[in-house]
Amino acid sequence: MTANDKYMEVRAIENGTVIDHIPADALFKIIRIMGLDQDSEHRMTFGANLESKRLGCKAIIKINDRYLEPAEINKIALIAPTAVVNTIRNFEVVEKHAVELPQEVRGFVKCANPACITNHQPVETGFSVMEEDGKILLRCRYCEKITSRFEIK
Amino acid sequence: MSKRSLISITDLTKEEILRIAELAAYFEEHPYEPLLQGRVIASLFFEPSTRTRLSFESAMNRLGARVIGFSDATNTSVSKGETFHDTIQVISNYCDMIVMRHSLEGAPRYASEFSKVPIVNAGDGANQHPSQTLLDIYSIKKTQGRLDNINIMMVGDLKYGRTVHSLLQALSHFNPTFTFVSPEELQMPREYTMFLDQLGISYTVKREIDEAINEADIVYMTRVQKERYSDPMEYERMKNVYVLKNSMLENVKPTMKILHPLPRVGEIEQEVDANPHAYYFNQTENGVYTRMAIISYLLGVKK
Repeated sequence: MTANDKYMEVRAIENGTVIDHIPADALFKIIRIMGLDQDSEHRMTFGANLESKRLGCKAIIKINDRYLEPAEINKIALIAPTAVVNTIRNFEVVEKHAVELPQEVRGFVKCANPACITNHQPVETGFSVMEEDGKILLRCRYCEKITSRFEIK
Repeated sequence: MSKRSLISITDLTKEEILRIAELAAYFEEHPYEPLLQGRVIASLFFEPSTRTRLSFESAMNRLGARVIGFSDATNTSVSKGETFHDTIQVISNYCDMIVMRHSLEGAPRYASEFSKVPIVNAGDGANQHPSQTLLDIYSIKKTQGRLDNINIMMVGDLKYGRTVHSLLQALSHFNPTFTFVSPEELQMPREYTMFLDQLGISYTVKREIDEAINEADIVYMTRVQKERYSDPMEYERMKNVYVLKNSMLENVKPTMKILHPLPRVGEIEQEVDANPHAYYFNQTENGVYTRMAIISYLLGVKK
């Protein structure tokens, strides 16, 4: 197999989404938070521990016939800020962009502070997103605590 | 009536902090002003707090408002399992403002998102207690004649003490100099020292009260709680290091004042109470005027 064949393998879906440049350790988290492990409808390929010039070691996800909502891209950005989302139509990459950290996230992250109201009452969580030394920090809009150890629902 | 809530000290601009301090001075001169005659304010203490509640209720009464509410949530619909959302939704139909304390952090911010009337945070867990900060600010302004360029020494539990965090944020508008005195395990969290670094505000970190006290305009004492220590032997060793005594005050600035959010449990020797530098009991009186200022400012009856 030549290098070119390997490249072809990545592109070889007709329509759908390719999420590339995922840090190797973030692959299974993304599968879980996007509910891909519950999806029996779309054909998918996961590549783990692939060689990457940028990351050293990367992962890739290819999903046939499914396109991502902005909210899903926000979720990916929190876990895999290096990821690149490619939209494929008719074997061609029609859109390619790096995920961008949203300024604010609502709903899908759990606050790490056990005394926060969002962990006791039916309140939708909300965080402002900050970056420090390449690390993502979330600040709860309610209890105002800042954390880097966040859990995605 | 205007609808403006006060949840966190960072909700206020420098100008607003100054304005509230000015209004507090006004109410100290005019402690009974029926600006809120016929108005109803709810005082909802989901978590009991005698001092803060009575101070707020005194402020409401001095402004001529009627006060409804509870000092303990056990006999309310909350104990029947009603959500916090529904409780606030209902009570906001009965009044012109809600003052609340809650043990859950973020409860007042959440309430302010859907309440019809302004919410005033009277303390949410270890998070915020803005009226305490504003009364500290008023006490500093009143005793020093200014807020700019204050040299302030903060002593004790700087890690969990929410009052020191909020005061640090409020003073950051006024070019202060800080000295932080605490045991290592209770030192000022990094997020606050980072905040000062970003603003170029200078601070020194110390492990005990030393001659730096002689440079201070304000000494802000806090309680070092036993339960904050992971090692009880460490507590026994450290607890006396952070106790203020008359002997430490011999060479301080004549205008220096000692503040404490109270209650104290031994971190200031009783002998200091009679010292002219002691200000912590006057500070509580300032609390009533400051709360009159906060309520009337938020309701727009004093701008």
